[in-house]
Amino acid sequence: MTTMIVAAGVKPRRGGPLRRMLRDPMAVVSITVFLLIVLLCVAAPLLTSWDPTRAELAAVLAPPSAEHWLGADSAGRDIFSRLLYGGRTSLLGALVTLLVALGIGIPTGLIAGYYQRWFDSIGSWSANLLMSMPSLIVLLAVISVVGPQMYLVMAVFGVLLSPGVFRLTRSGVIAVRKELFIDAAKVSGVNDARIIGRHVLGVVQAPLVIQASMMAGLAVVIQAGLDFLGVGDSTTPSWGQMLNEAFQNIYAAPMMLIWPGVMIGLTVGALSLFGAALRDAVQDAQPARTRRGDGGVTLPPQVEAAPGAVRPDLGEALLTVAGLKIGYAAAGGGTTVVVDGVDLRIRRGEVHGVVGESGSGKTQTALAILGLLPRGGEVRSGTIGFDGADLATLGRAARGALLGGRIGYIPQEPMSNLDPTFTVGFQLVEPIRRHLGLSRAAARTRALELLDRVGIVDPRRTFGAYPHEISGGMAQRVLIAGAVSCDPELLIADEPTTALDVSVQAEVLDLLRSLQQERAMGVMLVTHNFGVVADLCDRVTVMQHGRVVEHGSVEEIFESPAHPYTRMLLDSTLEDAPPRGPLVTPEVRS
Amino acid sequence: MLLFLTRRLASGVVLIFAAATLTFLLMSLSGGNPARNILGEGATEAQVAAKAAELGLDRPVWERYGDWLAGALHGDFGRSWFTGEPVMTTIATRLPVSLSLVSVAILVTAVLAIVLGMAAAVRRGWIDRFVQIFAVIGFALPNFWVALVLVTVFAVTLRLLPATGYTPIATDPGKWAVGLVLPVIALAIGTIASTAQQVRGATIDILERDFVRTLRARGVRPSSLLFRHVLRNAAGPALTVLSLQFIGLLSGAIVIEKVFALPGLGSMAVTATTQGDLPQILAIVVVMVLLVVVVNLIIDILAGWLNPKARVA
Repeated sequence: MTTMIVAAGVKPRRGGPLRRMLRDPMAVVSITVFLLIVLLCVAAPLLTSWDPTRAELAAVLAPPSAEHWLGADSAGRDIFSRLLYGGRTSLLGALVTLLVALGIGIPTGLIAGYYQRWFDSIGSWSANLLMSMPSLIVLLAVISVVGPQMYLVMAVFGVLLSPGVFRLTRSGVIAVRKELFIDAAKVSGVNDARIIGRHVLGVVQAPLVIQASMMAGLAVVIQAGLDFLGVGDSTTPSWGQMLNEAFQNIYAAPMMLIWPGVMIGLTVGALSLFGAALRDAVQDAQPARTRRGDGGVTLPPQVEAAPGAVRPDLGEALLTVAGLKIGYAAAGGGTTVVVDGVDLRIRRGEVHGVVGESGSGKTQTALAILGLLPRGGEVRSGTIGFDGADLATLGRAARGALLGGRIGYIPQEPMSNLDPTFTVGFQLVEPIRRHLGLSRAAARTRALELLDRVGIVDPRRTFGAYPHEISGGMAQRVLIAGAVSCDPELLIADEPTTALDVSVQAEVLDLLRSLQQERAMGVMLVTHNFGVVADLCDRVTVMQHGRVVEHGSVEEIFESPAHPYTRMLLDSTLEDAPPRGPLVTPEVRS
Repeated sequence: MLLFLTRRLASGVVLIFAAATLTFLLMSLSGGNPARNILGEGATEAQVAAKAAELGLDRPVWERYGDWLAGALHGDFGRSWFTGEPVMTTIATRLPVSLSLVSVAILVTAVLAIVLGMAAAVRRGWIDRFVQIFAVIGFALPNFWVALVLVTVFAVTLRLLPATGYTPIATDPGKWAVGLVLPVIALAIGTIASTAQQVRGATIDILERDFVRTLRARGVRPSSLLFRHVLRNAAGPALTVLSLQFIGLLSGAIVIEKVFALPGLGSMAVTATTQGDLPQILAIVVVMVLLVVVVNLIIDILAGWLNPKARVA
């Protein structure tokens, strides 16, 4: 039982982020550089015969030579030797910091995330407290009492960094907890410690490694900073001390700055690039973002006819789509085609349903007409004509003037389609002023009229409200008001009722019908619901797998569907299959 | 909004109190012998005991803490163990220096990070690559090393800008600004880099939101879309990052002040540390946490003003 659920809930571990990362050249280089630095420092006695603390009067500020490869400092100590031995201080200090930060952060994060309640409150509050303290001043405070004890100080720095680990672990645990498999594991009698050990640590492992690489970098920098300030242990060589030394001799020997700086930069840079590479690998390992058109076929890259190369008769129709092909760049250089050769004609004043299941390419077609395909998507071939003009040949400005002016768009999900930071009124007025050239006051009046027209009871209140202050049904009415605010000739409605409560759906459909009749708009109504089609549409185009399988008048389609897919869709609607909620259609998002 | 701010203010006060208590206890209980530190290894036991009595160190920790707290509430942080001067007087002369450095740095960071981050998110291409590489370099190079290189190049070699010193803004605003150029660059370069990276991420996230597409479909101009809608939505995450960066800047300023010999809180803290002057260190910790609380409050107000939803949180 448990294993089955785990298999469904967790990504397969093979080819996980850590392994995947080893194929990334950036990751390999950064790991190599870091390991090389570690090796140099560990093997210091083998690489140089100079004692890093031995001062030699004759060698004061000596330039690089066969004897002193990188020269000597103001006390006549060998710089190369100090560089290698100094690295030990930095790396060991960073290690202490890391161990302390992880040692505090992971257990507390696990407990806070798993058991929550009072422990979580205390933990989160302490984390906030620690994060609000400027770390260097705290370390100075520690040194002022205990003196320059480097490892103790670095351990305190680990305490200061532990909130980051705590938060990461805690949120990881909370996320995992919410998933089914922990409950399932509980039911099957696995004890708490094993649940944490097996599932939770597996999930937070990669983010923790990323965090650790950053913290190690910070520790190297802060350790160098303390030694540079001269509050560190002056008897052991370190990169920070070398920089301090260089600072004192900045006029006499400025080049002494270079080497310790390079070492710190390389170490920290390698660590942070390693973290970045791991982050990329983790992101790649997540399931690819579902694009509309899961049924898309990946084709090898090929030269396509440029959009608009073929010029069909754009004709009398308000909207003419001919041979439309939409592709997304796929990983590995291929193209995923989600719409292939779609033709569509919508006359003035006609309500045209575009019907199909998730992934049939209907929403992609609508977005292509608007010129608003998501990043990566592009019209590969075919033409889109609006009122006799080929949209591909229009400039950006001309096309911008068309959108919202002559073409209106009603999106599907009401709440996510309003800008949460501006009032409803502001969002309505802005396009009205642009397209109709009205004054602020006139645009406001018009917006209030529109809100009244779409059936909002108190237009003034809604006008001044922020999106989170109104209901989903109201938000959809606001979006409809916005779409028709500049008297468009074509209205593109993408599943305008899917996300709404059943009771509100009928009202919104009524509103759309009356608006259409009053303004004689052409409407492209994207839907998966034949009930909506029967209610509103004059003509229908049925799509499947990115192609048109059938089109005709509503009567023709309902009375004698020619294509088996149409029949199947019709049957499922007419047999009164339970309505599909918004969550069931993955096509909705992306 | 008022309730929200009151709550934030209250938690800020608790934070300062907790930080002060924590530091006091840490410093009192961590086992060192301050009197010995002050007098050095050569002092006799009797001298050390006399010094400890003089400083009140022979009294129980709770009593000392109570006295200190009572004084601190009235703005009296005691006297320096070394100079005997009231700590508050020293802080008052040094705070403006650090405040100049840090506030200019945070403003520069905010402006440049937003410009760079948004440009990278919108334009992609070379500017995006630049921001990414800049982020790695900015993180990898310690700010004091950058400061040293700047001093070497611009002050020592080219003699374009002063290497050290601070002029109060009231004395000569021009000199004040010129003196801050190199310190601010050195201090802010890392924060600009990492903040720009975060702003980039936030902007990309906002650009992919549904409402951006809907606004485009309504024909909202690209400039308005970017500078009104996207910027305002990205401001929330950007401000959160900035408030964390400010804490980092306070740390960074300590080292930068040393490089440029700026007479601020940082150099005061370093001197106090080497001398083991606890009253001074304690006061600096409290002042810095106070600054963090004030800046967080300002940022909360800004965030609430920009995003109505944040006012409820």
